[in-house]
Amino acid sequence: MISTLETQAKRPPFSPEKLTEVQGVIKQFPEGKQKSAILSVLHTAEEEFGGWLSPETMEYVAGLLDIQSIEVYEVATFYTMFNLKPTGKFVFEVCRTGPCMLVGSDEIIDYIKTKLGISAVGETSADGMFTLKTAECLGACGYGPMLQCGKVYHEHLTPAKVDELMDQYRAKYSSSINQN
Amino acid sequence: MGRKLLLEHIDVSGIETYDVYRNHGGYKSVEKALKTMSSQEVVEEVQKSALRGRGGAGFPTGMKWSFLAKPEGVPRYLVCNADESEPGTFKDRFLMEKLPHLMVEGMITSSYALGANTAYIYIRGEYMFILDILEKAIAEAYAKGWLGKNILGSGYDLDLYVAPGGGAYICGEETALLESLEGKRGNPRMKPPFPAVKGLYGCPTVVNNVESLCAVVPIINIGADEYLKIGTEKSSGTKLISACGNVARPGVYEIELGMSVEDFIYGDEWCRGIANGKKLKALIPGGSSVPILPAHLITSTEAGERRYMSYESLADGGFASGSMLGSGGFIVFDEDQCIVRNTWNFARFYAHESCGQCSPCREGTSWMEKVLHRLETGKGNMRDIDLLAEINKKIEGNTICPLGDAAAWPVAAAIGHFREEFEWHVTHPNDAVTRNYGMLKTPSITL
Repeated sequence: MISTLETQAKRPPFSPEKLTEVQGVIKQFPEGKQKSAILSVLHTAEEEFGGWLSPETMEYVAGLLDIQSIEVYEVATFYTMFNLKPTGKFVFEVCRTGPCMLVGSDEIIDYIKTKLGISAVGETSADGMFTLKTAECLGACGYGPMLQCGKVYHEHLTPAKVDELMDQYRAKYSSSINQN
Repeated sequence: MGRKLLLEHIDVSGIETYDVYRNHGGYKSVEKALKTMSSQEVVEEVQKSALRGRGGAGFPTGMKWSFLAKPEGVPRYLVCNADESEPGTFKDRFLMEKLPHLMVEGMITSSYALGANTAYIYIRGEYMFILDILEKAIAEAYAKGWLGKNILGSGYDLDLYVAPGGGAYICGEETALLESLEGKRGNPRMKPPFPAVKGLYGCPTVVNNVESLCAVVPIINIGADEYLKIGTEKSSGTKLISACGNVARPGVYEIELGMSVEDFIYGDEWCRGIANGKKLKALIPGGSSVPILPAHLITSTEAGERRYMSYESLADGGFASGSMLGSGGFIVFDEDQCIVRNTWNFARFYAHESCGQCSPCREGTSWMEKVLHRLETGKGNMRDIDLLAEINKKIEGNTICPLGDAAAWPVAAAIGHFREEFEWHVTHPNDAVTRNYGMLKTPSITL
C-alpha cells in the first residue's frame, strides 16, 4: 500500500528537472501559443503525479500554461488516455478492436478479468496492483492480441504470457519499493 | 520481387541510427533539393510523380502542396499526421519505429518545398515509445547540421518537433489534428477555409501522412519519371500494406501498386494464405472505414476481371461490389468469423470515437452500435436490419467531417453482402447468444 510519504511525493509541483523539461516543450511552440504543450504536459503530469490527473494536478498545469482551469478540464476529459481517477500501480490497456478481436482479444480480456478477480473492465485488483482497461485500435493489428502498459506494447499475448507479464510487473514494483 | 523504395534497407542492422542510415544513401534527397533545386521545383517533382496521399483519402500530395497560400510575412507550417488510428493500419508505426531518419528526411525535404521553417510531427499519444525514437533521430539530425539554421549553407532554416496526442481517433482528421495541436479538444473544423489557407494558428499549413512524406524522399532521389514507371497509370509508386486478421503471415509489406490481390494474400513473399489452413471469407482492404468484400469479390471484380492492389481496381464496382485501397489496413477474415459481430465491433469503435460535435454522428453511431449489439446477441428482429440502413442515410453527408460516413458505409456494405447472416442472427437467437456460428459458414472460394 502507498505510504503517506509516497502520496505526498506524487503531488504538484514538478521537480526542478521536470520543470525544465516541461519548459523546453513549451518553447517548441510560438510565443503566446503555449497552450499547444498541454497534451505533452498532461502526459508528464500523469506520469509524475501518481498515474492520474487530479483536479489539483489539472489546476497546476493550467497555471504552468497560463490558461484557465476549464481549458485543461475540457482537454483532459476529451482524450481517452488520461485517467481522471486513481488507478492500480499498472494499467493494462487491452486493444478490443476488430483485428485484435479476430485473433482472440475477447478471450484475453476475460482471462485477465478472472486472473485479477475483477468483474468488469475498469476495475482494479484487490491488491491495488493492476487496473484493466480496454482501448480502441492501438496500431498493433498484425501482432495481436496485445496490451499497452505505460509506454510499452506487449504483443502476441497468450494466457501464459499474461501470467508472465503480471509476475514481471509485480517484481518491478517490489524492487522499486525496496530501492526506496 | 517487387521494387522497394521505402523499405529498401529495412533489414540492414542499425538502420535506425544516423551513421548507418547516412551510409545507405540517407539524407541525399535533402542535399539534392537544397543544393540543386528551387522549392518550387521540388513541389513540381512531387506533383509530377502523381503520389497520392497515403493516409487513406488518396488525395494527390503535390496538388495539396500547390494549394498552399503564401502571403508575405506569415509563417507556413508542415504538419505530419502520425495519428495512425484506423483499425487495421500499423504501417506508419513501422516506418517511424524502424526508419526514424527517413521520417526526418522526408520532413526536411518537404518543409523546404513548402517554405516552412517550423514543422511538427503530431503522433498519437499511444505511440509514446516511438516519440522517443523520433526525438533521438531529430537530435542526431540537428547535431549533423540537417536541422536548425542555414542547413547545408543554403540559407534555409528549419526546426522540427514531435507533439503527442492524447488518444482520439478523430485527430487523424486534419482539422481536428490542428485543433489538438493547438491544445484543444479534437473537434474537426468547418471547411473552407482549408488548412492550406488557414491551418495551424490560422497560418497556411499542409498536413500530410507519414508514408506520404517518406515517399517524397525516393521521389526526389530517383525523380518523378522513374517513380512513375512503378505502379499503374492511376496508382503510381509503392504502398505499404499492413496485413492482419486471419492471414498466415501478418505484417507490413511494401508492394508495387498494381500487383494482384490474389498474389498478395497467397504469395510466399506476402501473407502466405489464410492462417491455420482455413478458407477466405471476407476482406476489408483499406482500414475499417472502407466497405467489406465477400470472398467472390476479392480476387476478381463483379465483371470477372482480376482484382489488383491499386486505387482504381479495389474501387471497381463502387460501393456496391468494390471497396477502397484506403490506408492499406488489410483485414482478412477466415471462414469462422462472424460478420455481424465484426460489424458491431467496428460500430462500437466509431461510437466511441465520435467527437460528439455533430448530432447525426454522435447519436447515429451510438444508435447503430446498440442495434447491431442487439442483433449480434440474438435479441434483434428483422426490422432492425432495415433500421440500420435508415440510420445510415441520416448520418452520411450530414456531418462536418467524414467520421460519420466512415461509420455508416461499412455497415451498409456488410448488410449488402451478408444480409443472410444478419437474418440468421434473428432466426437463430440461441446460436447467436452462444456464438455458435458453425452453420453460418458461407461458400468460400478455393484457390
